[in-house]
Amino acid sequence: MSPTARNNGGSEPAAPSAKPASKHAAPAAKPAGKPKLAIFGAASCGGCDIAIVNIHEHIVEVAAAFEIVLWPTIMDGKYSDIEAMADGEIAVTLVSGSMRTDETIHLARLLRRKSQLLVSFGSCAGEGCIPGLANLTSRKEIIDTAFSTSSTDNPEGLRPVWEFQAPEGVLHLPEFEPVLRTLDQVVDVDYTIPGCPPESGQIWAALEAVVKALNGTGPLPPKGSVLGAGDSTVCDECARKRDVKRIRQFVRVQQVARFDPEICLLEQGLPCNGPATRSGCGALCPAVSAPCIGCYGAAEGVIDYGARLMSAYASVIEANTPEEIDKVLDGIPDPVGQFYRFSLAGSLLRSGRSAWQNDGE
Amino acid sequence: MSTQAPVAPVPVEGAATATTFEPVIIGFTCNWCSYRAADLAGTARTKYPPNVRLIRLMCSGRLDPTFVLKAFAEGADAVMVSGCHPGECHYIEQNYKALRRFRLLQRTIEALGIEPERLQLVWASAAEGVRLAGEIARVTEEVRALGPLDWPAGDIVDVDGVNLDAAWEATGGDESGPPEVPGGANPDHAVEALQ
Repeated sequence: MSPTARNNGGSEPAAPSAKPASKHAAPAAKPAGKPKLAIFGAASCGGCDIAIVNIHEHIVEVAAAFEIVLWPTIMDGKYSDIEAMADGEIAVTLVSGSMRTDETIHLARLLRRKSQLLVSFGSCAGEGCIPGLANLTSRKEIIDTAFSTSSTDNPEGLRPVWEFQAPEGVLHLPEFEPVLRTLDQVVDVDYTIPGCPPESGQIWAALEAVVKALNGTGPLPPKGSVLGAGDSTVCDECARKRDVKRIRQFVRVQQVARFDPEICLLEQGLPCNGPATRSGCGALCPAVSAPCIGCYGAAEGVIDYGARLMSAYASVIEANTPEEIDKVLDGIPDPVGQFYRFSLAGSLLRSGRSAWQNDGE
Repeated sequence: MSTQAPVAPVPVEGAATATTFEPVIIGFTCNWCSYRAADLAGTARTKYPPNVRLIRLMCSGRLDPTFVLKAFAEGADAVMVSGCHPGECHYIEQNYKALRRFRLLQRTIEALGIEPERLQLVWASAAEGVRLAGEIARVTEEVRALGPLDWPAGDIVDVDGVNLDAAWEATGGDESGPPEVPGGANPDHAVEALQ
């Protein structure tokens, strides 16, 4: 992952230190036309934008209901246009991606100010997702890995600099923050849509609720709601049967030729994250004998996703002496990857120690 | 608190100077065994270091790993889990669950860079007040040797030690803050403002 790539969806680079010059210039005119919609991708893979387009013909309804003012993935939009807007002029903003650079943090704060409703869209914005696993290492290690590994042609060992004096003036690159954060660790968030990426049917259900509220034909969900997902666990949606609840060893998916299609995968020894994961996906993965990896995030009421999962696993392991227990647990060689694959940045501890202690820069 | 007479610190071996690091240890105890052991230690005037803050659970099996992680995230230097000896659980076998959670948690916190010694499991029956006091003293000294954990509360601190979040807030937060429109970010009011 390059520290500079992808954080603005490939649109023009913004000067992160630039102040919204015309902050008070524009009068707070009531928007005359359609309500405005902004969609912004911070540190993400772009999959959330694809998922939004993947609502198929409903995208026409979105375009009919909203005036899209910013969506770097599909259209040209200038940050300066957003800066020139009155506060609260944008009706709804969807932010996907996590907070990795000072540029994304600036944009998140700017969009928060300009938006009536700010929606945390997808796993990266909500809980850090895969980019959040970078919180296990220091900024220096991340940049060394990105710029000097066997797959990188960089004989001079060049590294990005955040400020560069060119003949024409000082150039700025968005600065890599020491720790990746979730959107709600940076700004106030009204709604959260979980998923990596959110299922398209769920996206439309959530957008439809907002569109209806704007049309005055439906209530707006209460602030803080999780939209486009269930309030139970993936196990609840999973058709597999649970009865034994005893695990003597964990297996990896490639070690077993064929899993029983009827029985719970966890009971067959496959580490499945269903017990802690929010429902809403339709339990698609376990239906095809792939374990749940937890992309819909923590189930309702769960404070720390990994803690809930550790609790669930420990309850079903059949071993009572430290030696036997360790033998079973050796089947989970990477506990953080297993328990916090999507949620490390949003967890109670947020990061590994080296992320904030040994920043060698 | 300030009106009370200063309490002389319990003498602890190795705690020689005033600058000695005093770790904060959260101790989760079981209602039926280890909490009563701590009670017994108190009744018998058995001394143990005041570094441990005991919290009573009905059973060590009630220990949600969330409690441990929250303790670390909010400033504890170590967590001590204590329950009935294996085979003596008041709820038949829940202390085995505690043991399994403990081993799993130790592996996870180690992968996050927290020394596994910062999470300790101690079995103590209701009759073992002296033993529990000794274990608390042992854990305290082990953690004292490890030093403070000082897990950051969540603000971004730059390599130069500058708290970036505090610095941003000191500027008046002119990029964000709630929108200065009627209703602000309150969805109920947002609808009225838009209609």
